[in-house]
This record gives sequence, structure tokens and C-alpha cells, in this order.
Amino acid sequence: MLVAFPAFIIAILLVLAPASQATSPAPSPSPSDQNFQNAISGFLRDDTRAPLAGVTITAKSGDFTGTAESSENGSWRIGVPVQGTYEVELDESTLPDGIKLADGQENPRTVTFSQTSNLSVIFAFGKGIVVQEQNFGQNLLNRLVAGLSFGLLLALAAVGLSLIFGTTGLTNFAHGEMVTLGAVLAFAFSSIGLPFWLAMILALVGGGLFGYAQDAGLWRPLRRRGTGLVPMMIVSIGLALAVRYVIQLFFGGATQQLPFAQSAEIQIGPVSISPNNLWSLLISAVVIGILGVVLLKTRLGKATRAVADNPALAAASGIDVDGVIRLVWIVGGVLASLGGILWAYYRPGVTFDMGSQILLLIFAGVTLGGLGTVFGALIGSVVVGIFVELTTVFGLAADLKYVGALVIMIVVLLFRPQGILGRRERVG
Amino acid sequence: MDYGFVFSSALGELFSPTTAAYALAALGLAVHFGYSGLLNFGQAGFMAVGAYGFAISTLTFGVPFFIGLLIAIICSVIFALILGIPTLRLRADYLAIVTIAAAEIVRYIVTTNQLTSVTGSANGLAAFEGGFYLLNPFPEGSYMGMNNRDFFIRVVGWSLVALCCVLVWLLMRSPWGRVLKGIREDENAVRSLGKNVYAYKMQALIIGGVLGALAGMIFTLPRGAVQPANYGTELTFFLWTCLLLGGMATVLGPVIGAMIFWVVLSLTQSFLYGLIESGAVTWLTTVQAGQLRYILVGVALMLLMIFRPQGVFGNKKELAFA
Repeated sequence: MLVAFPAFIIAILLVLAPASQATSPAPSPSPSDQNFQNAISGFLRDDTRAPLAGVTITAKSGDFTGTAESSENGSWRIGVPVQGTYEVELDESTLPDGIKLADGQENPRTVTFSQTSNLSVIFAFGKGIVVQEQNFGQNLLNRLVAGLSFGLLLALAAVGLSLIFGTTGLTNFAHGEMVTLGAVLAFAFSSIGLPFWLAMILALVGGGLFGYAQDAGLWRPLRRRGTGLVPMMIVSIGLALAVRYVIQLFFGGATQQLPFAQSAEIQIGPVSISPNNLWSLLISAVVIGILGVVLLKTRLGKATRAVADNPALAAASGIDVDGVIRLVWIVGGVLASLGGILWAYYRPGVTFDMGSQILLLIFAGVTLGGLGTVFGALIGSVVVGIFVELTTVFGLAADLKYVGALVIMIVVLLFRPQGILGRRERVG
Repeated sequence: MDYGFVFSSALGELFSPTTAAYALAALGLAVHFGYSGLLNFGQAGFMAVGAYGFAISTLTFGVPFFIGLLIAIICSVIFALILGIPTLRLRADYLAIVTIAAAEIVRYIVTTNQLTSVTGSANGLAAFEGGFYLLNPFPEGSYMGMNNRDFFIRVVGWSLVALCCVLVWLLMRSPWGRVLKGIREDENAVRSLGKNVYAYKMQALIIGGVLGALAGMIFTLPRGAVQPANYGTELTFFLWTCLLLGGMATVLGPVIGAMIFWVVLSLTQSFLYGLIESGAVTWLTTVQAGQLRYILVGVALMLLMIFRPQGVFGNKKELAFA
């Protein structure tokens, strides 16, 4: 059983792989860019929101020059070799008659990647339209809401990680791959032509199955053997490496987009937010709310908290500890998948290493709140999410925004090592 | 398939400078984890600090080779202090998370565009190795099929490995090393004997970190370039695989582990390429075969940890975990 586990993952992915490969170049307009992992992209729409096709856009950096033409739906994408700073220029002579760039729209302009492998550039069009420069307060408010949305999606993964830590003591470095798997499965299912909702549900089911398979095939046998926590942690690192590159083997190195990944921002009161972010915020808030109610009010939730508190005592009082742990792994897998799908919309883009990119932020959230405390993980993640987004408002370079969150984690450990909600005796 | 080439390239890996660098860094991890029980997942950060400390001091400040070396070592000591002060009092898993985070912070900082003039951001730095090769005592010519530069870096790298092995061996059989092993076994018992556990842990962290920094320099010198992408978390995990392969509480274990690691990788790689080129394997491209090595490392790490946690040479009684 133990040895069969990696083979089992590979088998699962083997079944899924041909489908995803056969139809992979669906959403992007220029297939020649597929070789590059990073891309600069955007949508061209005039002031009446009609798409602009056939407009030429160039990106330059050093010796590299990439060109793209906007497609029928106005989208354009330039694959670039490295994440860095590029000069993006829209060829105004290729614009349709009567359309011109709005006043104050810089062209050419210099853009810089910030962690994600996709960079969107927005050109606004229209006669006499002046693009409103965001003032500081408005920017702050927008980033705050975006940060809340990001923090809640982190919380989805962090709560699962924290539950697993609480019940089994395992620091699971493979949690990032559970996040990736959710997004990759969602992409695979939707690219074989399944309807959107079905693809998402299947991706969540797949995430839950992966959680179950991990527990049944690997972690429960290890617990039976009495393997220590540190060896289990190193095993989880091996698992993370193996799963990440199995995913890359079949998914490839390119960035893919889920359906409806690009959307224009809408204005709600004083806040402008993209509908995807808004949905993400609502979905994660509702899911976490339900989880909180289940944990606090139901027998099952009580049993879970009892196991987290003291497994031996819980077993002695008649709780099926293994059953609870199995359930925690399934729920953790589903939550991580959901987090992965939302993360794919937030970035936007699906890549094989998207989960490992935020793994440390998830850890930061969990540690901030206190290892093993579920509500601590929630609060910690929201703090991390908001902090990451707000540091850019206060002048930190966009490609350093994750550093702020990690520094905060280390500083909190210095002064309050048990985390915000943790108990003192938890730290040795 | 050309078996001669397959085996000669695997043999070449046995004494390559990269293997020497991995051996040194894994030896540092052995000091951290094998002897002191410190769960350091940020060894890539120490290597990056060493490599960048050397490259930046050479390129930006134009210092001679030995001053650059000294600066790199001092940087790694400072990094160890910064890392150790908040974390050495914490439980093992917190230390793991903080060290991995600190290594990533280093990588983000040398990648950012804000500091391009100093760090070269994502493209990294190059052409800082001149001072090192000026010290080359070997005249031009062929040394066992290598030119004098390649030969020199191998001689330096492996002498350093040998020197550090002897040093670590002497340290660990000294009274100081016995206290360290005592801390690994039972921290409170050592504390009750009146030893300052915190100071001992800090010293171990610094020594292992300096080994990591030296490894970073050996890693980067033959390449003539240092790039942030080389110092990601994967590097740390590879080093852990080397350490666990050889045996974590041994002096020669990490060195042999690094050799096994690279020879096995090279063999599987060449065999796969050979099979693909001869048409025996059609379901893989050469790019995918390159990714297979990561999967192999991951699975190997899992299996090692589960079935032989003491490694090839280790003693089960000396495991840092029960």
C-alpha cells in the first residue's frame, strides 16, 4: 500500500492527462506563445465595451521583442521568456478608425511582473475620456477589498492545513500541491468540454479524493508504524516534489486560463473590484462560515475539536479517531481545491507550481494564527492577504509583496510564538 | 545507446564541482540536523547568501578574492544570527517554516527589480570569478581530460570538502560536539547540567551556515554566473535528499550521499535520453524526461524516510528523531 501510493497518483494523472493535453490550447488566442511560461496580456475594448480586433501590440526588453495581434474578442497575449520589466507599446496606426487611446494613457509604457506569471495591461480608449487617476484613499480601499478576497482564499487552504496539523500533528508541505491539483483538475475538466459548474464540482471531488487517497495510502500506514512527526514532514516534502512534477509532466510548463478568467472591473459603491474577485470573496466567506458552524455546533465538529485537543483522550471517550482524521483529510482536500480554483482566478492563470508559490503564505497564515487552531488560521490568513495587498499601496515594490508577509510571520514568532490565537503550551 | 558515454558522464558527475558544492552544503545540514537536531529548510538561502555576498562584493566594491570570500562568510554568519535569534527557542516545526521562509525572502530580495543595479535581478550576476582563476597554479594544458580551470575548481572544491569533513569530525568528537549531541537527544537534560543550550544551537547554526555559504561559492564559481532561480526551495530539498541518502549524523554520509545523488541522476537521465533517441520510449519527450528527475528525487526522499531513515551509512541509534 505504502509503495503503491506514488504509482497511484501517477495512474490517476495518466487517466486524466491525454484529455487535458489534447485540448489544451483552447483559451489563448495565439498558440505560438505556448512555449513561454510567462505572458503579458489584456483585453482591448472601446468606450462602448465592444472588442477591438486586429490591433498590434509589442513588448520589448533587452534583445527580446514579442508581438501580438488582438483577437476577435479583443484579447491579446504576448509570451515572454522571463518575468521582468518590459516596454509595452500599442501600435496606434492599427486601431480602427475613430478609436484612439484615452487622454493620459501612456503609450509606450513600462510594466513589471510581480510574482505571477501573467501580467495584465489595460489600455483605455475613447474620445475625450480621461482615465481617472485613483487617489490614495480609493486605492487603499480597493486593495483592502482585494486583500480580503485573497486572504479568504488563503484561509480555505490554511484551515485545511491547520485541521490536519491539529488532528495528526503533521506539517504538510504537500498542501500546495493539493491547491494546484484543484485548479489543474478544473482546467482539465472544463477543457474536455464539460459544463463549467460540473467541471468545478468534479475538481472539488477530485481534491477530496486526493486527500482521502493521501491519508489512506500514506499517512495512516505511517501513523500505524509510529513514524515521528519530523520524518512525516520530510515525507510530505518528497510527496510535494513528486506530485508537483507529475503535474508538470502532464500539464506542461505553460500558463492556462480557466473559463471566464478575464473580466472587467465593476464599481460597487466606492470600491472597484472584478466580478471574479467578488465571487471569490463571497464563496470563500460562505464556505468558511459553514465550516465554522459545523465545527462549533455539530457532533462531528465537536469530535474533530476533541481529536485535535487530545487524540488519546478522544479515542478513550469513544470517538472514532481514524474516522475523524480521514474526514479531515477529505475536507482539507476539498477546501484546498476550492482555494486553488479561486487562486487561479485571482492571479489569473493555472500553472503547475501555483500552489507551491502560495504555500509559504498559507504557512504564514497558519503560524500567525497559531498552529493547529482553525479560527486562528482564518484570522492569520486574512491578515496575510490584506497585508500583502496593502504593502504595495504604501510603496513596497510589487515583486517584493510576499516578503512583507513572511517578515511579519517571523516578527510575530519573535514576540508571540504561539500565534494570535494559540495557547502558550503548544510551543515547546 | 552509447554505454561508454553514459557511464563516463556519470563518472564525471562523481567529482564535478556541483557535487562538491552539494556535499559541502549537505555537510552543513548534517551539522544542523544530524548532530544538533535543528530542522533547517533554508540551506538554499545560506548558499545564496554566500554566492551573492561574494559576487556583489567583487563586482560592486571590486574587492580582491580573499576579501570577497571573507565578506561572504561574514554575511552568512549574520544571516544565521538573524535567523537564529527568533527561532532557536521554538519547536522544530516552527524552525522549519521560518528557515524556509527566510531562504525565500533572500531569493525575493535578490530577484526584485528594485535592486537590479546591485543584484542583476532575475538575470543574476556574472563575470566575478576572475580573481579566483588568477590564483590558479596549474599552467594551461590537459589534466585528465580537463583544462586547467576545470581542474583547478575541482581540486579546490574537493580539498575544501575534505578539510571541512575533518573539521566537522574533530568538532563532533570534542566535548563541544558531545554537548551538541546531548541537545539533540534531550535538550532539558543538557540544560539541567548548566549548559547554555541556546548558545550551542546558535554556534551549530552558524557553522552549518558557513559551510552552506562556502558551498554556494563552489556552486557558482564554475558557472561564472549566479542566478536567483538556482536557489529556490528545490535546492534545499535536494540537499536533504543527499543528507538522508548518506546518513544524517555522519561526516562522510553527506559527501557519499551527494555523489550517489548526482551519479544516479546522471545515469537515469542518460538512459532515458538514450531510450528516447533510439525510439524505444515514445511516450516521453526529452523535456519530460528532465522533469522525471524531480519526480524520482521526490519518491526517493519519501521511500528513504519511510524505509531507511538512517541512510546508507547511518546508525539508527543516532537519528535526530525517535
